[in-house]
Amino acid sequence: MGKRVALEGNEAVAEAMRQINPDVVAAYPITPSTEIVQNFAQFVSDGQVDTNFVAVESEHSAMSACLAAAVAGGRVMNATSANGLALMWEILYIVSSMRQPVILTVVNRALSGNINIHCDHSDSMGARDTGWVQIFAEDVQEAYDNLLQAVAIGESMDVRLPVMSCLDGFLLSHSYELLEVESDEAVREWVGPYKPLNPMLDISDPKTFGPLDLYDYYFEHKRSQLDAYPPAKEAIIAEGKRFGEAFGREYGLLEEFMTEDADFVMVALGSTCGAIRDVVQGLRDNGVKAGLLKVRAFRPFPAEEIAAALQGASAVAVLDRSASYGAHAGPLYAEVTSALYSYGKQVPTNNYIYGLGGREILPDDLEQAFGDLQKVAESGQPAEPVSFLGLRE
Amino acid sequence: MSRHYPPDAKWHEMERGGIIPQAGNATEYTVGGWRNEHPVRDNECCIDCLFCWIYCPDVAVHIKDESVKYQGFSSDHCKGCGICAAVCPKDCIEMVPGGEFQPDEPGQSEEE
Ligand code: SF4
Ligand code: SF4
Repeated sequence: MGKRVALEGNEAVAEAMRQINPDVVAAYPITPSTEIVQNFAQFVSDGQVDTNFVAVESEHSAMSACLAAAVAGGRVMNATSANGLALMWEILYIVSSMRQPVILTVVNRALSGNINIHCDHSDSMGARDTGWVQIFAEDVQEAYDNLLQAVAIGESMDVRLPVMSCLDGFLLSHSYELLEVESDEAVREWVGPYKPLNPMLDISDPKTFGPLDLYDYYFEHKRSQLDAYPPAKEAIIAEGKRFGEAFGREYGLLEEFMTEDADFVMVALGSTCGAIRDVVQGLRDNGVKAGLLKVRAFRPFPAEEIAAALQGASAVAVLDRSASYGAHAGPLYAEVTSALYSYGKQVPTNNYIYGLGGREILPDDLEQAFGDLQKVAESGQPAEPVSFLGLRE
Repeated sequence: MSRHYPPDAKWHEMERGGIIPQAGNATEYTVGGWRNEHPVRDNECCIDCLFCWIYCPDVAVHIKDESVKYQGFSSDHCKGCGICAAVCPKDCIEMVPGGEFQPDEPGQSEEE
């Protein structure tokens, strides 16, 4: 039986890692994810896990050690934030190219400069093309549940991809919430033992790993990597369902809140979805048909599913907690509108950039955005494609 | 048995993750053409410590009965990097200008 406890996001993630009991954790601390590794190191030193814990000298080394341990044939986990993730960049691509299901918790934090330790999504968004599955949590319960599912998704035999389980820095990592923590036995049974695929340490069947790959084979290898993402979408759905059957909390690629008959839909990632839910409820109480479309899986991007979910809307607001410098809009907006275009749906869509470097987003800001959508729908004219919520201007 | 995919292998016919399902295929990739100087060993001075053999990054130092003496270097695989000369504790290997091994040197081509 699970138990109901109050934990910070970081504590909940460390608890999930303890229950998963990975073979190797190689990590380097960085705010706001430090406590995950710190608490896990305590579990190692107290003998509560069998993990080989490698204290490395940088995040580049951390991800390199994780890659090596995964290629050798182990279940491998790690945690980082912002500049730490940036320092892993080179190896992130190699891990996904080599199809190693390394699991990385990313506690989202603004990338420098100027230096800032608070939440935004610039770190994960910068890594959106690295080939990792990316799942965002709305609250601490989801941060815990997502990490367990990340293992099952990444290790699915037809997927074998690394997974980033993302949670908002401080807003979730350092906030206490009541959550359901499942029993160690139930978690271990649900996650199951690690099944290595082509482990390098299987010396009875030697293979060549990471060879020179030029114009003669590289293109074919990259095409083969692209083939992993449709099964990854299937695995997110299947494991979310299997999780629901075991623990009563079901997950998917998206979560739709009051979207079915909604005229005005807000699309967002992460903890802000909690505030949007509240605002949507308030608007509904006043007769406004508002809805929330939470994007849980950003990679692989559920383009077709998003287009279908926005089918009936008369105006849409996409919230981006990061900017894409030099692009015409934020990254989530660019992908959502591209999905609408690709699946033949025309709907006026506004982009709001908010919350950079931990700037608060308040219900008033969200109500204002919903107000814009009503005007857009009435006039049939889209507003400014990009505007800002919570900015002094 | 071929140790790599045929040149016309399609993307879905190849192992995922860029893995080559066989090992030892570096022997099929020759770097001898990179060489602009080549190693020459003085067999009188060599003590058969095998440092050159183990340090050579291209397995181009041939060995027989645990001895490198009187064995050739591989003309196909020696890239002329000079590591063997640098690690030899007795300074028995000299890097000589020119890519070609000469027949009177103990380094003429000998393929496995
Ligand atoms: S120079 Fe020496 S170490 Fe370098 S490839 Fe040739 S034999 Fe090997
Ligand atoms: S390193 Fe020098 S002494 Fe040792 S085996 Fe090679 S040539 Fe001989």
